[in-house]
Amino acid sequence: MREAAVVAQPNPLQRIPGVAMVLALLIALFSVIAPGFLSVANLSNVLVQSTILTMLALPMTLIIMTEGLDLSMGAVLTLTSLCVAIVSLATKSMLLGLGAGLLVGTVFGVANGWLVAIVGIPPFVATLGTLGMAQGLSLIVSDGQSVVGIPHSVRDIYSATFLGIPVPIVMALVTYAAFHALLYHTRFGTYIFALGGNREALRYAGLSPNRLLIAVYAIGGAMAGIAGLLMTARMNSGHPTAGLGLEFDAIAAVAVGGTSFERGNGWLLGTLLGVLSVGVLRNGLNLISLPSSVQVASVGVLVILALFLDGLRSRA
Amino acid sequence: MTDITKGAIAPPRSFLSQDAIQLFYRLLAALLICAVLAVLSDSFLSLGNILNVLRQASLTFFIASGLTLVVLTAGLDLSVGANVALSACLAGTVIHTTGSPVLGILTGLASGGIVGLVNGIMVTALRIPSFIATYGMLWVLNGLTYWYMAGETLHGFPAGFRQIGSGYLFGLPIPVYLLLVFLGIGTFFAQRTVWGQEIYAIGANPVAARLSGIPVARRLLLVYAVSGTMAGLASIIFLSRLNSAEADIGESLTLPAIAAVLIGGTSLFGGVGTVFGTFIGALILTLVLNGMNLLAVSANWQPLVTGVIVILAVWLDMKTRRRAQ
Repeated sequence: MREAAVVAQPNPLQRIPGVAMVLALLIALFSVIAPGFLSVANLSNVLVQSTILTMLALPMTLIIMTEGLDLSMGAVLTLTSLCVAIVSLATKSMLLGLGAGLLVGTVFGVANGWLVAIVGIPPFVATLGTLGMAQGLSLIVSDGQSVVGIPHSVRDIYSATFLGIPVPIVMALVTYAAFHALLYHTRFGTYIFALGGNREALRYAGLSPNRLLIAVYAIGGAMAGIAGLLMTARMNSGHPTAGLGLEFDAIAAVAVGGTSFERGNGWLLGTLLGVLSVGVLRNGLNLISLPSSVQVASVGVLVILALFLDGLRSRA
Repeated sequence: MTDITKGAIAPPRSFLSQDAIQLFYRLLAALLICAVLAVLSDSFLSLGNILNVLRQASLTFFIASGLTLVVLTAGLDLSVGANVALSACLAGTVIHTTGSPVLGILTGLASGGIVGLVNGIMVTALRIPSFIATYGMLWVLNGLTYWYMAGETLHGFPAGFRQIGSGYLFGLPIPVYLLLVFLGIGTFFAQRTVWGQEIYAIGANPVAARLSGIPVARRLLLVYAVSGTMAGLASIIFLSRLNSAEADIGESLTLPAIAAVLIGGTSLFGGVGTVFGTFIGALILTLVLNGMNLLAVSANWQPLVTGVIVILAVWLDMKTRRRAQ
């Protein structure tokens, strides 16, 4: 499985067709069958709604590049969203709320990284365990109820604009730029490629793969914290099932975006297009009044197809 | 999982003494939990509660026993809970429309089995890693079930059918008899048949298994189909005990089933474990959750505790195996 020790960066040109074609096909399909899909209001709606997913899918890309997985992301987002709601309600401060969400998310991320890197538990089981824990804690801190009455300063984040662009989109773009810089223009980014492709090389270079892995999972947790703030702002409340299944949309975006589950290489722009594909798919199905259950099932089919094609490509 | 040279492929019977020690520890743990609960709660030792624990454990066991075979091959089936929900809803619909419990039971088993088979095809023919294939399946099934049920609840089934889940025979709940039957079948299949031994071999060392002529893909298909069919069986028990079916009944079933398998000593890395161990695992988990219930701990704590138990179980497994080497 690990013989392909390609630390070199992937050739994006080979990939653009796959995910861009999926996105183009979906857009073409829905502009024909879904009335109102191509309106400016709807398209900007798709973009704004994709921001939370962007914040999860980017770190998920890094995690999957290390041959890992984080199934707990959705549940951790639920918990951080509740933390933001509860703390900002108590202190009337958006920043303290964000701080609480960031802290809790990072703790979960570090815990995931520790379980995977130091204890050595396979990522999908370790994060399944922490998924249960985050879900449980969400139920405990909220007692299964919504947290309502959060301050305006939190709610306004979702509806405010900056230079005419909605703030969530600005946040997503800044996040993308930061991840792009981190992965392609820093040493840490090169190490992440090596974590998936050639862990031995890291050891020979005198680096600790374990600490790097923990850092990668910690980034995932922290991003779930920031996304938790957006979620609370969007729903204008904290809800104990707010993030249910979001990790799956994130995995779908990464898989459709062409990041391989087996070869330790990843492509952030592909993930971004993957996020938009998932967003367009859900929005389009919604416009032709198919229920969210059908959307969930279609995303599932999308993932399985993407993985099947990925398997074909890796064997070719 | 890249290190496939670790597990020697000696037949598991030679592990038996090691297995026996591991099982003994687990039985001891179960007894210890019982003792603690008996002290803490007056109602724990009542006949009604003990039968309740056994009945509850049997439901977890049905799902977990099929899952054990999957984990023995170093795979995982995350779709079992969603499979139970879909199968229960389909079986319930068939019973309602045809009035025939037999047709309903067959529908539940078939639907579970077909889902399992599709999982197996994704893992073998499409070569998608099992945890991600079955995770995709989880959401596909969830979507299908919610769409099919459209928020409705099915309830009110024939009295004869309800006996399966809630009836008694000679003072014992009927699911407990089913549990004993499937415990026997599962143990016999895994330990005493060639196919069972081949499943251990595939988990211990897939390359060696293939080279020694074991039809790996066909055995894997079988294992996922069995896991799905057992989820189908669990859906029937569930349906007849609750006397109702909703789209969301599977959501809290997968994690406990995985926990039962792991507490029972089946290794995530394949090739090590027993169906009997999974039974003990289901018992331990049920005792813990039942105890929390008796001690008036809110049900909100259950996912947290189950999550902690999953991680502890894997950690213990890795620790004991590292020491054994």
